[in-house]
Amino acid sequence: MSLGDGRGTPAFEAIGLARSYRLDGGVMVDALRGVDLRIEQGEFVAIVGPSGSGKSTLMHLLGCLDRPTSGTLRVNGVDVATLDDSGLADLRNRTIGFVFQSFHLLARTSALDNVALPLVYRGVPRAERRERARRALEAVGLGHRLTHRPSQMSGGEQQRVAVARALVGDPRVLLADEPTGNLDTRNGEEVMGLLERLNKGGVAVVLVTHDAEVAARARRRIHVRDGRIERDA
Amino acid sequence: MKTAEALRMAVEALRVNRLRSMLTMLGVIIGVLSVVILVAIGTGAKNAVEKEIAGLGSNIILVVPGQVGLGAAPTQSRLDLSDVAYVRRVVGDPTKVTVAVNSGEPVRVGRVEVFATLTGTDENMPHVFDRPLRRGRYLAETDVDTRRRVVILGSEVAAKLFGDVDPIGRQVTIAGVRFRVIGVYETVGATFGVARDQEVHLPVTTAQRLIGLPRINGIAVGASGPDEIEPLRRKVVDALAERYPGEAFSAVTQTQLLGTIGTVLGMLTGVLAAIAGISLLVGGVGVSNIMLVSVRERTREIGLRKALGARGRDILGQFLIEAVLLTTVGGVIGILAGIGGALLIQAVSPVPASITWWSIVLAFGVSAAVGVFFGVAPARRAARLDPVVALRTD
Ligand SMILES: Nc1ncnc2c1ncn2[C@@H]1O[C@H](COP(=O)(O)OP(=O)(O)OP(=O)(O)O)[C@@H](O)[C@H]1O
Ligand SMILES: [Mg+2]
Repeated sequence: MSLGDGRGTPAFEAIGLARSYRLDGGVMVDALRGVDLRIEQGEFVAIVGPSGSGKSTLMHLLGCLDRPTSGTLRVNGVDVATLDDSGLADLRNRTIGFVFQSFHLLARTSALDNVALPLVYRGVPRAERRERARRALEAVGLGHRLTHRPSQMSGGEQQRVAVARALVGDPRVLLADEPTGNLDTRNGEEVMGLLERLNKGGVAVVLVTHDAEVAARARRRIHVRDGRIERDA
Repeated sequence: MKTAEALRMAVEALRVNRLRSMLTMLGVIIGVLSVVILVAIGTGAKNAVEKEIAGLGSNIILVVPGQVGLGAAPTQSRLDLSDVAYVRRVVGDPTKVTVAVNSGEPVRVGRVEVFATLTGTDENMPHVFDRPLRRGRYLAETDVDTRRRVVILGSEVAAKLFGDVDPIGRQVTIAGVRFRVIGVYETVGATFGVARDQEVHLPVTTAQRLIGLPRINGIAVGASGPDEIEPLRRKVVDALAERYPGEAFSAVTQTQLLGTIGTVLGMLTGVLAAIAGISLLVGGVGVSNIMLVSVRERTREIGLRKALGARGRDILGQFLIEAVLLTTVGGVIGILAGIGGALLIQAVSPVPASITWWSIVLAFGVSAAVGVFFGVAPARRAARLDPVVALRTD
């Protein structure tokens, strides 16, 4: 399946993207108030902004984990409003890789099986899955931790497993929400190195961060405040 | 996602929560086990009773005075030997009609005394009933005609009175009268609680004099084939009604007995199965409950799987398979335990148990269905979870 493979098609294109939540009392919270955004293939973008400004909300919308209240979002040229549950699942599976602040690995499951999980939903045969997961783990320097479970690994190692899981399916873009937020400087540095290497390989990387040093390494920084883009440089 | 993959995942998830899975299964195991055991006992009882009835002989019609039925008071007999002759003429073949006069008396040999059921009958008894001899001979026509004081002993009576000694030609005393033993019956067991091995047969005429009444208790007619039973039964009852206008006579056939008892025991088996079915249902509710807990606990896992590309139906399948796996594995264990339990009951107690294939198929089918039925709600809840909400849950 080809999802607008042309170089000219942006990875993400948001027009007037908004997301509000209705609280239990009926009060509306506008987490995102109309965002226009274009992220090209192969870009390295950092999204920065104060806590509660809507960074995670934006990430979830870009990653098709959530649907906007209004506005249009095109991923690789495809309007996500036209996709049903299984179309969205497929898009997430083939086009997007996720890295979360809290790793989100399956407990009691080996690193290898954690990494192979996206391929399960793609219908890749078991042997091939394991081989690709092993290669992905080697790429993040964890070739010696294949059978370890999350509880048997350090935070840095767990996040590298998560990165391996994000890249095992050869995604076009990688979305990372504070990937270094739970890591010390050295481990954070290591994960950042991995993301930069991936980006050099042609994968667009969009990362949310609080860390100015981390943000400084991105070629483009998008500042979010109160659900709007304040500055884009 | 392939089914094999989903199955592997479900097995893994259940294995991770081993204790909880076992406890959840326990409800299903107990339900299935009770279905198999209770149906086995019900069926065993039915088979045993049917065998007893069939053991009487084949195609027998028992004619008794009065109304036979639940709650009917026993009627004073007004039948006598002239009625037997009358029925013989009605039936046509006199050898197919025999008679019974019953009483209970102690039977004595020297100092040994045994309480026995005395049955006065005639030479045609072996033509109607299936009652093989171990030794000696049956009653003869002359025994009846001349009121001879001869007896044929049931195997248990013979054993108690004579032990290993051959009783043929020896004397027994009943109510002060001496009788000569002419035969011993084979062991036949009990029918409806009547221990037939504790019977003593003697000529009907001799019995009537011993008891002091010219009455008889019943007439037995043997039909020549199953198709002849019903016409013959009606013929005999009609003839007796004509002879004694305004009086009731009953003719019970084995088929009727089998039918009535079969229905009663069949209902009993049904009720037992239903009770067991309820416990299976309770087991199903347990599965549903645990699956709901499991969905709640694994909200983050579900969100993650969706983020990585799982579709709603992948998640639905995963949780449904887990539920069905719980109940079917529980079902198989329950079936095996049920078979073992039924065999054990059979071995250590007098309760007969007969394992029926339908109860096994039913128990397995129902437990699988219970898994689907009670698994659907939790699985749908899981499938509908919003990935963002699920991921944000802590
Ligand atoms: N499910 C929800 N229901 C109601 N309000 C929500 C929900 N999710 C987010 N919000 C609100 O939307 C706003 C933006 O939240 P978001 O998580 O995007 O912030 P953020 O920029 O990622 O903050 P942080 O840096 O602390 O992670 C916040 O005010 C938050 O309270
Ligand atoms: Mg956030």
